[in-house]
Amino acid sequence: MMELIIQLISSACFILGALLILSGGVGILRFPDFFTRMHAAGITETLATSLILIGLMLIAGWGLVLFKLVLILLFIMLTSPTASHALAKSAMHGKLTPIIHNNHSG
Amino acid sequence: MNKHTISLFFLLAILWLFNSGLYTPLLLALGLVSVFFVIWLSLRMGIIDDESQPLHLSRKLPAYYWWLAKKIVQSNIDVVVHVWRGNSSISPCVATLPIGQQSEIGKVIYANSITLTPGTVAMNMESDSVLIHSLTAHNMEELRQGEMAQQVNRLEM
Repeated sequence: MMELIIQLISSACFILGALLILSGGVGILRFPDFFTRMHAAGITETLATSLILIGLMLIAGWGLVLFKLVLILLFIMLTSPTASHALAKSAMHGKLTPIIHNNHSG
Repeated sequence: MNKHTISLFFLLAILWLFNSGLYTPLLLALGLVSVFFVIWLSLRMGIIDDESQPLHLSRKLPAYYWWLAKKIVQSNIDVVVHVWRGNSSISPCVATLPIGQQSEIGKVIYANSITLTPGTVAMNMESDSVLIHSLTAHNMEELRQGEMAQQVNRLEM
């Protein structure tokens, strides 16, 4: 019984994660410029990967595999903001100007 | 031997033990040798300090991670809604916000947290300000209100 529940929860995590990756992909295609697309990529690299890794952790059970999955999650959480920042910074230094919404000043 | 070196030793040892999963004398000895080799290298490079081993933060980190995780989930949902609503719903903007954090590591944690939450990206760091690009004006307003800065301040104290 317990196993079934865990499997259901992990499947839910996988489906949600897949939907989020799809949303991230649609966002990358849909948003108007580089900087806004980066926000869409942010979905895939934070919550979507976390959900998929959590789903894997649930079916991995206690053991070394669980520890390695936690390590992967930790490394992604530490490296992805660094990579995004490096991308944004180099785009800015490359004189790419972001599209600014100027409906109201501020 | 200061506390940073000792903590690095245990960290590396745990990393080796859990990643190898084979506990024969030969492999354990090789692990010990490589741990000491890495510690020797790090000592030579002079990178064992408060910055690489932020031990003074470790008691408060779990609470901050918990808060940040909730924030990440919220902002993910927010950005997904904007993705499916289309371009008319977004209002990208760029602004410079001041950084209140004193220590280098506080600044890094603040800027990384900004980037980690979808919807806002730290584009450039100065010594006392950070240039931020946000997907909507609302995201920028939220950052300006400074809840995240307060959380990082609490971590630093």
